[in-house]
Amino acid sequence: MKTTIAACLLSGTALAVLSLAAAPAFAADTVLTIESWRNDDLPTWQEKIIPAFEKGHPGIKLNFQPTAPKEYNAALNSKLDAGTAGDIIACRPFDASLELFKKNQLTGVNAIPGMDNFTAVAKAGWSTDDGKITYCVPAAAVLHGFIHNQDAFAKAGIKQPPKTAEEFFADLDKIKKDGTFIPLAMGTPDQWEAATMGYQNIGPNYWHGEDGRKALIEGKEKLTDPAWVAPFRELAKWGPYLGDGYQAQSYPDSQNLFTLGRAAIYPAGSWEIAQFEKEAQFKLGVFPPPVPKAGDPCYVSDHPDIAFGMNARSKNADAAKTFLAWVASPDFAKVYSDSLPGFYSMQTRSAPVTDPLAQQFLAFRASCKSTMRSTYQMLSRGTPNLENEVWVASANVINGTETPEQAAQKLQKGLDSWYKPAAK
Amino acid sequence: MDQIEKLASDAPLLPAARGTASPARARRWHVAVFLAPALLVYTALMIVPLADTLRLSLFRGVEHVPAFVGLDNFRVLLTDPRWSEHFWAALRHNFYFFAFHILLQNPVGIALAALLSLPRLRGQAFYRTAFFLPTMLSFVIVGFTWKLILSPLWGVAPTLLGSIGLRGWFHPWLGQESTALTTLALISVWQYVGIPMMLIYAAMLAIPHELIEAAELDGITGFAQFRRIKLPLIWPTIGICSILTFVGNFNAFDLIYTVSGANAGPNFATDILGTFLFRTFFGNQLQLGDPNMGATIATMMFLIILAGVSAYLFGIQARMRRYAL
Repeated sequence: MKTTIAACLLSGTALAVLSLAAAPAFAADTVLTIESWRNDDLPTWQEKIIPAFEKGHPGIKLNFQPTAPKEYNAALNSKLDAGTAGDIIACRPFDASLELFKKNQLTGVNAIPGMDNFTAVAKAGWSTDDGKITYCVPAAAVLHGFIHNQDAFAKAGIKQPPKTAEEFFADLDKIKKDGTFIPLAMGTPDQWEAATMGYQNIGPNYWHGEDGRKALIEGKEKLTDPAWVAPFRELAKWGPYLGDGYQAQSYPDSQNLFTLGRAAIYPAGSWEIAQFEKEAQFKLGVFPPPVPKAGDPCYVSDHPDIAFGMNARSKNADAAKTFLAWVASPDFAKVYSDSLPGFYSMQTRSAPVTDPLAQQFLAFRASCKSTMRSTYQMLSRGTPNLENEVWVASANVINGTETPEQAAQKLQKGLDSWYKPAAK
Repeated sequence: MDQIEKLASDAPLLPAARGTASPARARRWHVAVFLAPALLVYTALMIVPLADTLRLSLFRGVEHVPAFVGLDNFRVLLTDPRWSEHFWAALRHNFYFFAFHILLQNPVGIALAALLSLPRLRGQAFYRTAFFLPTMLSFVIVGFTWKLILSPLWGVAPTLLGSIGLRGWFHPWLGQESTALTTLALISVWQYVGIPMMLIYAAMLAIPHELIEAAELDGITGFAQFRRIKLPLIWPTIGICSILTFVGNFNAFDLIYTVSGANAGPNFATDILGTFLFRTFFGNQLQLGDPNMGATIATMMFLIILAGVSAYLFGIQARMRRYAL
């Protein structure tokens, strides 16, 4: 017994000494912990973004602490409820973050200097439904399109990337006939690939971007309308062009298949750019989602993806505000889009993008109209969750286990069971 | 008569009633002291969370304020098609998963144990370790390894089948609705077959040698010896294995989550109660977590397991014959 007490006393003293010794080092700097789902970006934050901030802001240190994307929402919600979350929160767009704001876990950021650098559209992803209060500072949007292997195109005798759906399938046939490359690199077991890089990628050209997306929210259009079933009809034709056993080909499998030079076309999001440029040993090209018929207007998914907000219970509120003001400044936009090509700043006056492939992606914004993913705003608030259902439906349609019409009917039925559009 | 009854009922109280009551009571403090650590830990880690789960399932968040709704969450779960379709499908998959284990894992476990306990088997220790090894591996390693083995792109399964001219037999088993759950059940059987094997092996070793000798003198050898002598003696252990399998399978989650993700694809073909609970409680992508419905599913799982275990304890174990060895 005596020894135990002595040991306790000893360790207690040791702790006290340790904390005394450590205290001065901490006292000088405020440390802001950043919660994020971008664990791929950890080195970039440590090597580029954090030094850029700390150089201009002595006295504030940043600690970037990402969680795996799959677990982020669950982990963040638990941490916020328990009061152990970091000071700065990376915000998912729309409802996931709106819910946090409603629970008073995020504060409004309208007063942060630099918020006038963003358009209302850019802020829409992180504002209340009436648009009055914004609770996260928009950081980056991602664009959708297709990345292709230029060697594969040359081998199959394709001179120009396809512009229409008809050309797209003609080119896929050529690549398939040549036989050297797998025409399309995508798998269905992870489901979100099929939904995000498939359905949400090619869809806007059929439902006419924002017009269709808003009409769906207002209840003027239904998912069973031809414009919304059409993208599923296109996806249903993809199966034969995917790799052997695509039903069990995971997302990393698809990435590797393409960067190892075994596949010709990769249905992509711009976030792949940095990784692909690093790994691919061949020349990369990009093209926007093909339009239904020659001369049709084109639309591109320009999706608000990441913003930063402030934990309402943060003990370092002033330092957190300083950081958010920096996120809203052109300095951040420059370092962020330079070090993470493919994540595009949403500021009105942002610095030019330097990465060549990222520039090509960015050009879609000029030639096509921007829109965002159809399921994100308001439509995924209830049960069943429309986004999840779209994942399952897209995978089923490509696997051929559901027809496009069946899939659309199921989605609309699920949506009707809880979603009542505001007065028409 | 009255007197006698009174005496009889009084009898156990006598020591306490006799003279100073305090020393007798004081002596009992040690019971509490010795029980305390286990009781406290068990209460804090098991009973309180369990009670809180039951409590959560009776509430519903309305505009972030919990409101008491009685058993309405259960009504929603069991009858509202938005929930019940997933629930019944998950339960069906759970039973399928369990059936696979009880019909495959335990018989194979018994067979392996019987072979291992043969006195003249060479390399016994090696086999024993080899069969038990997967059980000691983390489910993450097991899930990832099998995903790789069965991968249509880099896996050894298509190559191996190809080398004997059967490439056409290979299918992306984990990606097809018709085969995904069976494949996962087989992986799980492969991983956990070591547990019934070990328990039954231990029970077989405990059978006294004289008994076997006596059987041999009576001319009972080989398979007949296993069936007539050994099997009756290991029934209680097989019962324990079955109930462990039942509890384990209805709580299963890890392997399926590792291999198929929280959406338990393709098309929810591998969705079991565990993944359904995870998706509901913690949310998934844009779907926000719903702790109340999550707790309702967890309570249903608890009740199902409770019913199964009770049925076993009172229906089967109570009637099982035991032999003093």
